[in-house]
Amino acid sequence: MKYAFRRLSALLLTMLIVSLCTFAAFSGISGSAAEARLGTQATPERVAALREELGLNRPFAVRYAEWLSGFATGNLGDSLTYRQNVGELLRDKVLVSLLLSGMSFALIVLCSIPLSLLVVRWAGTSLDVAHTLWNQFCMSVPPFFTGLLLSWVFGVALHWFTPGAFPGLSRTGEALHFLLFPAVAIAIPRIAMTVRMLRGTLLRELNRDYVRTAISRGSDRNSVLRRHVLKNALTPAVAFLAQMMAEIVAGVIVVEQVFGIPGLGRMLVVSISNRDYPVVQAIVVILAFWVVASNTAADLINVRIDPRLALRDE
Amino acid sequence: MNAPLLTIADLRVRFHNRDHDAVAGVSLSIGQGEIVGLVGESGSGKTVTAMSVAGLLPRKRCDYSGTILLDGVELLHADRRILRGIQGRSIGVVFQDPLSCMDPLMKVGAQVEETLLLHTDLSKAERRQMALEALAAVELPNPERVYNSWPHELSGGMRQRACIAAAVVIRPALLLLDEPTTALDVTVQAQILELLKKLNRESGISMLFISHNLGVVRKLCTRAAVMQNGVIVEEGDTERVFRHPRHAYTRRLIDAIPTRDGRRESA
Ligand SMILES: Nc1ncnc2c1ncn2[C@@H]1O[C@H](COP(=O)(O)OP(=O)(O)O)[C@@H](O)[C@H]1O
Ligand SMILES: [Mg+2]
Repeated sequence: MKYAFRRLSALLLTMLIVSLCTFAAFSGISGSAAEARLGTQATPERVAALREELGLNRPFAVRYAEWLSGFATGNLGDSLTYRQNVGELLRDKVLVSLLLSGMSFALIVLCSIPLSLLVVRWAGTSLDVAHTLWNQFCMSVPPFFTGLLLSWVFGVALHWFTPGAFPGLSRTGEALHFLLFPAVAIAIPRIAMTVRMLRGTLLRELNRDYVRTAISRGSDRNSVLRRHVLKNALTPAVAFLAQMMAEIVAGVIVVEQVFGIPGLGRMLVVSISNRDYPVVQAIVVILAFWVVASNTAADLINVRIDPRLALRDE
Repeated sequence: MNAPLLTIADLRVRFHNRDHDAVAGVSLSIGQGEIVGLVGESGSGKTVTAMSVAGLLPRKRCDYSGTILLDGVELLHADRRILRGIQGRSIGVVFQDPLSCMDPLMKVGAQVEETLLLHTDLSKAERRQMALEALAAVELPNPERVYNSWPHELSGGMRQRACIAAAVVIRPALLLLDEPTTALDVTVQAQILELLKKLNRESGISMLFISHNLGVVRKLCTRAAVMQNGVIVEEGDTERVFRHPRHAYTRRLIDAIPTRDGRRESA
């Protein structure tokens, strides 16, 4: 309990620092960006009026506090391009991107556990070499490439889905069907990485003394794995997968372009080129929160698996 | 004396990555209810001998020959499946380091019960009952609490007691103890030796007790075998071996026993 409290306070503190840095950086940029928008019409009066309109003349601390509370109330100011409230603008897009990263994550977990158990059996055989080569190949295919390939094969050639025509979240079934293809593109290299990591962890655990003890009691290989090794391999795996969340987010940003998915990633890229800084800074903080929160969740899960972790950083 | 429980005959083991035999023709037998000590310097092949009996040799990475009979059943060349029925059920093993030998993420009680789970179809409640009795038999205070503890919450001595409980909970015929007290401090070591004597007296379990310390073997074992470079150089009644060593190596081992005023002999 104390451990959970410490972790959650650390999460809050991290997010405060991240948001403060983001806000400070963007409040510098967005003032001059606003002026730049006026272009040749930029008279000192107009600039002053615009700064007043954007609320840039009030003290920094006040603006920061207001903006921060916006993450709770949904009022994050207005987008410069869409003339719409940033909170409203992003709500659906956050859900789409969350869904896509969640699906990629689920694919990674569901595929890499059985695959790594299979691959561990091959250790020391000739299949091991073949697996290593194939694994390295999968690890090095970038999601945008797999994405293009998948949209061509399953979209253009087979018509299993229409790239660019995301059906929207209200039609859940169709949305999930559509997102499966980008999720696969994101997951493939990550599955390869996770399998490699799990294989190493499982082989290391299989060499531990407690495995010899279990065998001396009459356990066969499967019950050694099931009852002892898997649980011991779980904590490093959970930590690894949480760190991978950052890469999944990076994959989501890229793949949303390829498949034309109206999510945070595409919004981020569009808003950067439009210099729509209120939107950009909100997205940056949301993505950072998503990554940091995953790591906190991993810590909280791991301490339930291994109670020694709570003692370690006391 | 009637037929021995365990008979090792001309056991030879050579690991593929070594150019000498780890065990080079060992013959040894253990009678019903007997405690036999196996003594020798580190590297003399004691562990490999015990692992051969326990079915823990890495068969793919060594050549082995000879026979090991437990109650008339050959173990050294036995099929893995047959071996698994004997491991834990008829032969319990206690290793040197009780911390690394326990699964750090499994409660002590579940580990003590493991042989019952593997070899019997007792209910959960019955297994728990037997585990609590075994924890009480190894003189752990408050067995109920130990049952629900994690290994890291116990002291070294308590952990080794729990490992002994796990090895004897199903009442195997033979207990192999590979330097079970080496990692423990002297007072705890003495208590564990007393406990082993008591278990032997009360349940008649046979034991192969391995140590590099002849002094410890003298306190526990009726018979002792002295091992050097993979062969048994001397074997006999412990007191005889101790008082009238026939081999120079045995004499060296006797001289090497830590004494009370030096590094302190164990209680
Ligand atoms: N897994 C192994 N692989 C290779 N050599 C081993 C292995 N286990 C033991 N040996 C070798 O076998 C010999 C006997 O070792 P061991 O039985 O562990 O000695 P002791 O238990 O008496 O200290 C040593 O020379 C050791 O290096
Ligand atoms: Mg040894």
